[in-house]
Amino acid sequence: MTRTIRNLALAALLGLSANAAVAADKVSDGVVKIGVLTDMTGYYSDLAGPGSVLAAKMAIHDFGGKVLGKPIELVSADHQNKADISSNTARKWFDEEKVDAIVDLVSSSTAGAVMPVAAEKKRITLLSGPATTAFTGEKCTAYNVHYTYNNWALANGTGREVVKNGGDSWFFVTADYVFGKSLEEDTSNVVKASGGKVLGSARHPSPGTTDFSSYLLQAQASGAKVIGLANAGSDTINCIKQAKEFGITPKQSLAGLLVFISDVHALGLDIAKGLYLTTAFYWDYDDHTRAWSKKFQSQPDNAKKAMPTMVQAGVYSAVTHYLQAIKAAGTDQADAVMAKMKATPVNDFFARGTIGPDGLFRHDMFLVQVKTPQESKYPWDYYKIVKKIPAVEAFPTVEAQKCPLAVKR
Amino acid sequence: MQALFGQLLLGLINGSFYALLSLGLAIIFGLVNVVNFAHGALYMAGAFLAWIGLSALGIGYWAALVLSPAAVGLLGVVIERTMLRRLYQLDNLYGLLLTFGLTLIIEGLFHHQYGNSGSSYPVPEMLQGGSNLGFMYLPRYRAWVVLVSVAVCFASWWVIERTKLGAYLRAGTENPRLLQAFGVNVPLMMTLTLGLGVGLAGFAGVMAAPIYQVSPGMGSNLIIVVFAVVVIGGMGSILGSIVTGLGLGLVEGLTKYLYPPAASTVVFAIMAVVLLLRPAGLFGRER
Repeated sequence: MTRTIRNLALAALLGLSANAAVAADKVSDGVVKIGVLTDMTGYYSDLAGPGSVLAAKMAIHDFGGKVLGKPIELVSADHQNKADISSNTARKWFDEEKVDAIVDLVSSSTAGAVMPVAAEKKRITLLSGPATTAFTGEKCTAYNVHYTYNNWALANGTGREVVKNGGDSWFFVTADYVFGKSLEEDTSNVVKASGGKVLGSARHPSPGTTDFSSYLLQAQASGAKVIGLANAGSDTINCIKQAKEFGITPKQSLAGLLVFISDVHALGLDIAKGLYLTTAFYWDYDDHTRAWSKKFQSQPDNAKKAMPTMVQAGVYSAVTHYLQAIKAAGTDQADAVMAKMKATPVNDFFARGTIGPDGLFRHDMFLVQVKTPQESKYPWDYYKIVKKIPAVEAFPTVEAQKCPLAVKR
Repeated sequence: MQALFGQLLLGLINGSFYALLSLGLAIIFGLVNVVNFAHGALYMAGAFLAWIGLSALGIGYWAALVLSPAAVGLLGVVIERTMLRRLYQLDNLYGLLLTFGLTLIIEGLFHHQYGNSGSSYPVPEMLQGGSNLGFMYLPRYRAWVVLVSVAVCFASWWVIERTKLGAYLRAGTENPRLLQAFGVNVPLMMTLTLGLGVGLAGFAGVMAAPIYQVSPGMGSNLIIVVFAVVVIGGMGSILGSIVTGLGLGLVEGLTKYLYPPAASTVVFAIMAVVLLLRPAGLFGRER
């Protein structure tokens, strides 16, 4: 009798460990863990931040909370827009907390710090928020997907279309750090290539500038038809507001190179009206975008009842695509998942397109113009779609990106 | 030449804000001996109260110009009565740390409630538009800011330096026990002084609301420069803070014309030089 029991126990133990071994093959550590590393309280917290965490949570919930029979877990942290905090958090997550993928990483300095760590540990980064084009160019890694937009797409969308509509002389007001300068450079190239002229630029310290009048007066004195705002967040907001105050608009027009719907909401239509901008996502585009966005808006965690920005919608779409790739690959092992993500086209409410061998997600973008208060019929009715920019025009080609992994020299 | 005049005028406008804010700080430091690090947060609170008043209760700009500083001043009185008062016997540093903590709490609360992007406050109808001065377009509202700031600054200076009430206040700083012996309620006077200084921050906030985006970080962007102004002018010197505030605005404007990249640091360079040559500041007295 005791012998039978012992044998049974032994058999059960063996069986268990065999099961565990199979599961370990499929899903490392028995859990798929996604980390949202974002700016929770600072400069970018309205356009990413808690809204990105919420979007990731919704994606996991909508996926059923499980993949390959194993639970999906979510962690989040505030990177405070600091490179050292970002890379330290990423190391801790990868080494101690079994995190498989990090998503968001708004602000290029944080993404630039985390990508090499992730590549070294063979974990995945899904960028929604940072803009530096080189993340899928010379700085590309094998474990990175640049999801929502990059500087090239913003510069092309707004730059080319505005020149085409007659805005052929430009002056830039630029945030004096890597992001602003690269955005100015990318846009200048596009403007010149499209037959326009660049008359000059004024660079302001960022963050920390609140009064932009002296830069705007230089722009005004230049006589340029278009003033390109190569900055983001509250810098852009204050520029637009003060341009109106100094009577610059509507004589000269403004082109926001990186403007989010949260910025337009904060400005109000009376001030923002007429502004051209490029976006990857607009909540009121079609039935699918409306359905998802209203769901996002009505979540109890969304205390301000804000509509999603393109960064937040991008987080949802990226996480969903990542989970689907795990399911299709039958494992959460990073190489297999990356291969699946690149092989499978994305087709959801957020975007339709493919992820290239360089890791850049190429999809349609939209050139939009901000409505006037009279044109806006209901809350958050902010944009007129001027043009849908097809993926091939919206993003640089694989060859142009020169990612060493994708282009053999 | 045109550009130079433009930048100088803009410098004067910014200088008016520096003067208005550093005046409040100087009053509080000079008369209550507290280094009020929460000044920027209270300036932000003043702007936010104006915006909340307008969007939730329909209170217009002109009423907000009175109500909002009053509310912020009241908040200052509460802070003084419940917290700051206990630190008067200790080193200045304790008051500084307390108000720094309060700054983080106040900004955190507004951030939690209203988010980082903030909201925009419209320019009041009467002050919309502007005029072309030949060398630049001057929005009417900015002209109003300069006029009001200069008027408020010199009125405060006059009250403190030239009236009987001001004499009591100054006597209270020199020798509170003696003044109390004459039958003046010194603790009450200190409370009211702090309320007045803080109210000035709230007033500057309302003045700033139509120009800058009303957002939780708006005070911390400005407060560092304002502290530099107070240090250059001489800690606690009322006239020093007014003159230095306007003067440094002009210097900043001039730098923007001559060498723009140095515009954000020129104030601190001046501060370093002044501290080396005249540690008590341009208008300060050695104690």
